[in-house]
Amino acid sequence: MTQKKLIIALAGNANVGKSVIFNYLTGLHQHIGNWPGKTVERAEGTLSFKGYTIDIVDLPGIYSLSTYSLEELVSRKYIAVERPDLVINVVDASVLERNLFFTLQLMELETPMIVALNQVDIAKRKGIEVDTEKLEQLLGVPVVQTVAIKGIGMSQLLETAIEVIEKGQTTRRDVRYGEEVEERIAKITEMLQDVQFYYPQRYVAVKLLEGDEEIAREIAKMAPQAVNAAKELAGEIENLHGHACSTVITSERYEAAGSVARQAQKLVPPLKPTAEERLHNLTTDRIAGYLIMVSSLLLIFFAIFTFGNYTSDLLSNLLNRLEPLSTNLFGTGIVGSLVWGGAAEGLIAGVTVALPYIIPFYIVLYFLEDSGYLSRIAFLMDNAMHKIGLHGKAFIPMMLGYGCNVPACLGCRIMETKRERTLAAFVTTLVPCAARTVIILGLVGHFLGIQWALALYVFDLVVIFALGRLAFRVMPGEPSALIMEMADYRMPQLRTVLKETWFRLAEFIKIAFPLIIVGSLVIKAADVFGLLNPVANLLSPVTVAWLGLPVITGITLIFGVLRKELSLILLAALLAPAGLQALTPVQMVVFTLVAMFYIPCVATISALVRELGGKKALFITLFEIAFAIILGGLALRLLTLVT
Amino acid sequence: MSSKSIEDYLKAIYILSRNGKPISTSEIAEHFKIAPASVTEMLKKLAKKGYVKYSPYRGVHLTREGFQVAERVTRKHRLLERFLHDVLRIREDKVHSEACEMEHALSDEAEESLCRFLNHPDRCPDDGKIIPACDLPFSTCEECVELHKKDLEESGRRQRIPVSISQLKQGDCGTVSFIRGEHKVLQRLSDMGLTPGTEVTVVKSAPFHGPLEILVRGSRLALGRGMTEIIFVEAEEA
Repeated sequence: MTQKKLIIALAGNANVGKSVIFNYLTGLHQHIGNWPGKTVERAEGTLSFKGYTIDIVDLPGIYSLSTYSLEELVSRKYIAVERPDLVINVVDASVLERNLFFTLQLMELETPMIVALNQVDIAKRKGIEVDTEKLEQLLGVPVVQTVAIKGIGMSQLLETAIEVIEKGQTTRRDVRYGEEVEERIAKITEMLQDVQFYYPQRYVAVKLLEGDEEIAREIAKMAPQAVNAAKELAGEIENLHGHACSTVITSERYEAAGSVARQAQKLVPPLKPTAEERLHNLTTDRIAGYLIMVSSLLLIFFAIFTFGNYTSDLLSNLLNRLEPLSTNLFGTGIVGSLVWGGAAEGLIAGVTVALPYIIPFYIVLYFLEDSGYLSRIAFLMDNAMHKIGLHGKAFIPMMLGYGCNVPACLGCRIMETKRERTLAAFVTTLVPCAARTVIILGLVGHFLGIQWALALYVFDLVVIFALGRLAFRVMPGEPSALIMEMADYRMPQLRTVLKETWFRLAEFIKIAFPLIIVGSLVIKAADVFGLLNPVANLLSPVTVAWLGLPVITGITLIFGVLRKELSLILLAALLAPAGLQALTPVQMVVFTLVAMFYIPCVATISALVRELGGKKALFITLFEIAFAIILGGLALRLLTLVT
Repeated sequence: MSSKSIEDYLKAIYILSRNGKPISTSEIAEHFKIAPASVTEMLKKLAKKGYVKYSPYRGVHLTREGFQVAERVTRKHRLLERFLHDVLRIREDKVHSEACEMEHALSDEAEESLCRFLNHPDRCPDDGKIIPACDLPFSTCEECVELHKKDLEESGRRQRIPVSISQLKQGDCGTVSFIRGEHKVLQRLSDMGLTPGTEVTVVKSAPFHGPLEILVRGSRLALGRGMTEIIFVEAEEA
């Protein structure tokens, strides 16, 4: 028997537990990609229920269906054009009014829908009790109470969904605007009678009155007279109200949402502030907030690098035992050394960094994000980020950068404008990732002492700040101001955290691994054919004369483009038998400085190309090479003077 | 006492006072580079007219009336600076003294036209300070452009000039009455629930002039300074 196929979309505000529901429903049958041609993430999953195969599409978390952001536009178009069989609108019961504002917009799209009233437990603790039946009656769509994090209400949600799909939805109640607005909506809909469009007529009429550019553009091709009429009618409303028409409509929509919320909820504010509230106050405090932020970040880095160092050694020992196997299979000739020294070692280098450092790093980070702490950090850091032309949210990709620059660059999508994405991506590539930390700790930290390593980290922050300001000068413009909801703290869900980590990791592997392996092969081939030494000699004016490093660093720095820590590992091997101790302390510092800044690694460059385009990626790369060389040379001269 | 010197004094107190705390006579004396005794003399006169509350030793702060006058003249000053700088291309370091002279002669009507002509600037050119709002009854600048021709007597002017959220203190609340900014920003703000007529409460601000945490429609928002400076509210009387 072939199963019937259904498509259900999840829509709602950010931080309402939408992805928890998504995970609960689809388990591991998920697929994350991008919307065609867009840098907006599209998550899809499947499940079987009552003889149906259901595709679940998780739409981005948004506050409105206007055209402020790409996410909003993508979501709106998806619902109207691809017409899922049903939309499940996930609503946070503890912030009902704001959430219902979105619900009302979904209803205007005339899509079949049900409401999942989520986080009723949190609402209860805040003293908010929602009458489901009343809400159902007011909206005219089924409402199911859920506590997604505990799996409560999930099967009822699906059952209600199927019921609505099978029986059809007839009871939905539209938002009614004021008489003077309704009159004009009617006039416009009349003019749209013959227009075939993917948005419903009433919706188009409302949006034309609101001055929605996207819809006006489309309708102008089919019924230009309606667009002109709408402009005039909007002007009339403006004259009546003394407010811009779009403001009138949004206000009335919010008023409607507020009225539904007030009728459906009972408020009994608790006497004492809840634990969530107290934690919020503490973590955003002018003094305690910063202390907590700095100490928790330091603790996290310390724990992760201790753990990572240990497991990384363990893994590389383990994997290197495979060498005899490769030798047996492919011999020690050209093929053999290409297979082992090229492909396999590239793979090992990737694995030994990715697994021990990046995985725990992202687990912790997504734990913080899911709990709501990252938005508090953004709040605290907003001011500092403004100094480099960004706002508080940019601190989040920067923190990701300490794990690996690749996901960090991709994470810069959360910034609102192209200029800010570019600025954020640029400073992100200056953040010392796990691989660079291996160099800093393994060379300077190990031989010169931890205080020198820490000094380099502090210096890195100074560089980020200075270059950030410079980039801000080059790309001037008012940084767009922060506007961000700080949702209540909540218990993070392990599953969501692991899933996020997994997808970041998968993304990293997809971008980075092929490049690392191919790159290793190319360089190994150059080695086999004896091209490396000539290249190293060619670079010697820079490496030896200007930077005061051994000739072979030319080679290792080339390898470092693949994975930065490779430059150190190789250096140790090439300096044998003395090893890294053959370097003077000044050389160690200079080498580390150069390795920190000289170029984003191959994988990061390709992430930059994806996000910013080839030209900007090339520019950033060339700039950082030049910067690192100048910096290294200056450091050498300064340090020699001092010592 | 000329209206020019009244306005200058009120403006000075307005600019010098931070967080509504009273300021001392000597601070004002230093600002004008004159003897404290003559400042005291002047403050007494202003207090008699109801523009300031003054008590010796504790200092001076603006009354509601005084605040209105100060905002208005500060607004004129900063708009003029923009005009001198942007249109007449006068050097940044020269515009302040020039505007100081012109501000007293500019009529309210000319000031409103100037604001529209300059496309509703939000900051002055020399030190980036925010330009106070006007007392026209519009909730956005777009409305002002489209509706200003309408007879203003009919809709009336505001009783009080709205103040920006950035000027509120912790725990203050007010009703959104005017938002300065372009369409996209307005759309974004109203989508987040900040429509005219909405009540907002300032919960706290991050240090070093960081963002504000506000309560709107039962949810908590973080607003960067750039946002708090374009949202104006009618503050509730404490």
